[in-house]
Amino acid sequence: MILNVEKVKKSFDGFVAVNGVSLAIKKGEICSIIGPNGAGKTTLFNLITGHLPANEGKLVFKGIDITHLPPHQICRLGMGRSFQRTNIFPRLTVFQNIQAAVLVHLGKSFNFFQPVDSFFREETQAIIEKVGLKEYGETVSGSLSYGFQKQLELGIALASEPELLLLDEPTAGMSAKETHQTMELIGRITREKGLTLLFTEHDMEVVFSISERIMVLHQGRLIAEGSPEEVRSNSDVQKIYLGETR
Amino acid sequence: MNLPDPSFLIIQSLSGLTYAMFLFLIASGLSLIFGILRVLNFAHGSLYMVGAYLTYSFVSLFINAPGQFWWAVISASLAVALIGGFIERFFLSRLYIREELSQLLFTYALVLIIGDFAKVIWGTGQLSISRPPILKGAVQIFGQYFPEYNIFIILLGLGIAFLFWLILNRTRWGRVIRAAALDREMLGSLGINVSWLFTLVFIIGAWLAGLGGALVAPIAAIVPGMDVEIIINVFIVVVIGGLGSFWGTLLGALVLGQVISFGILILPRLAIVFIYVLMAVVLIIRPWGLLGKPLQR
Amino acid sequence: MMLKPNWFLILLILLLALLPLSESRFYIFLGTDILIMGLFAVSLNLLLGYTGLVSFGQAAYFGIGAYTCALLMKKAAVVFPVAFVAAAFMGMIGALIIGFFCIRLTKIYFSMLTLAFSQIVWAIVFKWNSLTGGDTGLIGINFPKYLDSSTRFYYFTLAVVVISFYFLRKVVDSPFGRILATIRENPERTEFIGINVKRFQLIAFMVSGFFAGISGALFGIFNHSLFPDLLYWPMSAEVLIMSILGGMYSFFGPVVGAAVILYLRMLVTSYTQYWPLIMGTILALLLFFFPGGIVGFLKSQRPFAGGKR
Repeated sequence: MILNVEKVKKSFDGFVAVNGVSLAIKKGEICSIIGPNGAGKTTLFNLITGHLPANEGKLVFKGIDITHLPPHQICRLGMGRSFQRTNIFPRLTVFQNIQAAVLVHLGKSFNFFQPVDSFFREETQAIIEKVGLKEYGETVSGSLSYGFQKQLELGIALASEPELLLLDEPTAGMSAKETHQTMELIGRITREKGLTLLFTEHDMEVVFSISERIMVLHQGRLIAEGSPEEVRSNSDVQKIYLGETR
Repeated sequence: MNLPDPSFLIIQSLSGLTYAMFLFLIASGLSLIFGILRVLNFAHGSLYMVGAYLTYSFVSLFINAPGQFWWAVISASLAVALIGGFIERFFLSRLYIREELSQLLFTYALVLIIGDFAKVIWGTGQLSISRPPILKGAVQIFGQYFPEYNIFIILLGLGIAFLFWLILNRTRWGRVIRAAALDREMLGSLGINVSWLFTLVFIIGAWLAGLGGALVAPIAAIVPGMDVEIIINVFIVVVIGGLGSFWGTLLGALVLGQVISFGILILPRLAIVFIYVLMAVVLIIRPWGLLGKPLQR
Repeated sequence: MMLKPNWFLILLILLLALLPLSESRFYIFLGTDILIMGLFAVSLNLLLGYTGLVSFGQAAYFGIGAYTCALLMKKAAVVFPVAFVAAAFMGMIGALIIGFFCIRLTKIYFSMLTLAFSQIVWAIVFKWNSLTGGDTGLIGINFPKYLDSSTRFYYFTLAVVVISFYFLRKVVDSPFGRILATIRENPERTEFIGINVKRFQLIAFMVSGFFAGISGALFGIFNHSLFPDLLYWPMSAEVLIMSILGGMYSFFGPVVGAAVILYLRMLVTSYTQYWPLIMGTILALLLFFFPGGIVGFLKSQRPFAGGKR
């Protein structure tokens, strides 16, 4: 088990966002978490990555108790993440965005006196090409299209060479074509690097096509879990999603 | 050290209360503007100062008119409101798409500009006007004298606080304003012209500052520098009470009023340090103030 | 791994070195002033433009440095070199303490706390009459031995400032500096590439305070006197304006801003007392029409040969 979430609970001012959720993810699995808006998916992600402290419960990553660790330490243990709203460094170029993550990963962030531009050029360029942004290395990232920014975000997450990758709605706001391209890219990278992937999505087609295991969250509770076929035929799930298109 | 007798303490406390009312008027305008426009208006003290100066000028305008002081107060505060509206409509609103720092710096630029304009128009000397005839006297409280005008200010301040509470909580416009403080984008989709709402909020905030200045004119020195002096204390009030919180502003004003009033007596040398320490401590321990909402992560 | 020789900069330094030959006390005076305030502004910009921390209280470290150096020399008969270094370290320690509390907050609350701390420092200096002379000020700060003329002090200042800029430029162009930029752009994202953001912000504070302290020490000697109002918040506002006027996203922008403000002030105050009005108007025009500052504007007009970032 690469990730163990044990009876984790989080409430805000009396509103319980995540209510005693437990799940376990095997190394190399591709899992998705689905559920209607407000089900607590992003909150759960924030709990796993340490951006929010849990009120109750335990989180174990690669056998290490990460329940009270700050996000930067959890990241260094081998977790990567993309965020729902695109999180990049807008005034920096694509190259600089990814290079920053590489710098940290390879332990050079406390270097005060050498010019940064010469560091890790090859490694950075390799990642840029891998996420399909080959010609855009010198482009200011804030001026990229939405789709490309999402690809850049994936690049930043990958630069830390994570073992577990959390993607929060990676295809949000994309056209069908962009969605397909993005998921293909993600799938390819995941297989190449043997990553464990955990993602949330609203696009059911994406979810059912790529996931090995699906977990369904509703009002903060895990109400169903299993293979795509099992989940699809689960009556509780169908009840929740009645009327939900896309 | 001799313990001062109780009546003296009460008078001191009432003085603090009077000052608190002025702080409340200005701070509530600042807080309102911050809550809705997300702009911390450095120039709020300047608007207060202009209110005082205008009252001085209008008093001579209405000379020999019955109720001349009151006409001056009304005119001055409305004039400041209009000035505020003008500033927001034609200048500040153009900066909304930029980062908050730009808006903040613009209000500071206004402090510099308005400050010097006041010097140009009214000179650098100290001006004063007298209290209105109807409130010239003093009442006896436990054997000490306390000015009637100050009592009027205290009552008026509480009255305005109550009025605002009514408007915010019991009228449609109040609900709109409170909604705007929570979610500005939603408001647009509800068919409300957000741009004019912002101008209106700024006008109201400016009016409050102008009113404060107008009312303080008879009992304070109208002098350059009163803008800077008051704005720092107003900042402390909203920090203590909580930026954007109505009751917090009132509470903060009451607290600071008493602290200043007694601080000068008890620890004259350290009072001034203590005020800033208080501000820092509140920000460190409870940045959203006594009654504000905790910051979202 | 030297920086490519930047011919424009070298020429500028040369010109500055030759300045005293003009025999003009006015230019020597102005030059020293600009160098000192330029260093002060660049120290602020490490926080403002590079790390994204809007500090309203930079005057605190400036003042701490100024009073430390002056008091050590005057009251404890400490030699200038020691006092000078002490000033830098006191500035750094002040920034460490203040920064420690401030980085827990964000945005406007951060700014307000920096202002509050700065005012506390001001109030202490203002009230501690016996030590600092309070409102009447600390006067009679003489040029140190070996630097006992305006010209000599000018050269000393030039040397100190050039060395400081060299050091700061290295830091800003280093991996550490790049991380500061990512913190400015997106602190949340920076955290999740594995950076302890607070630690980096605190280091930035300390470096900033160190150089602000140096500029303060120079200031005290240059003016031969110190008054508490160099710690009052308009000083912090002025250095903030200098940085933004010059261009906060460039290294030398703040120096340009300092030069412009100081020169204009000298010009304007000889004609009229309404310098705040002029400065306020310039600031407003800047905000509306030149958001990138002077350097930003120049860069958008033509590619700048010289490697200023």
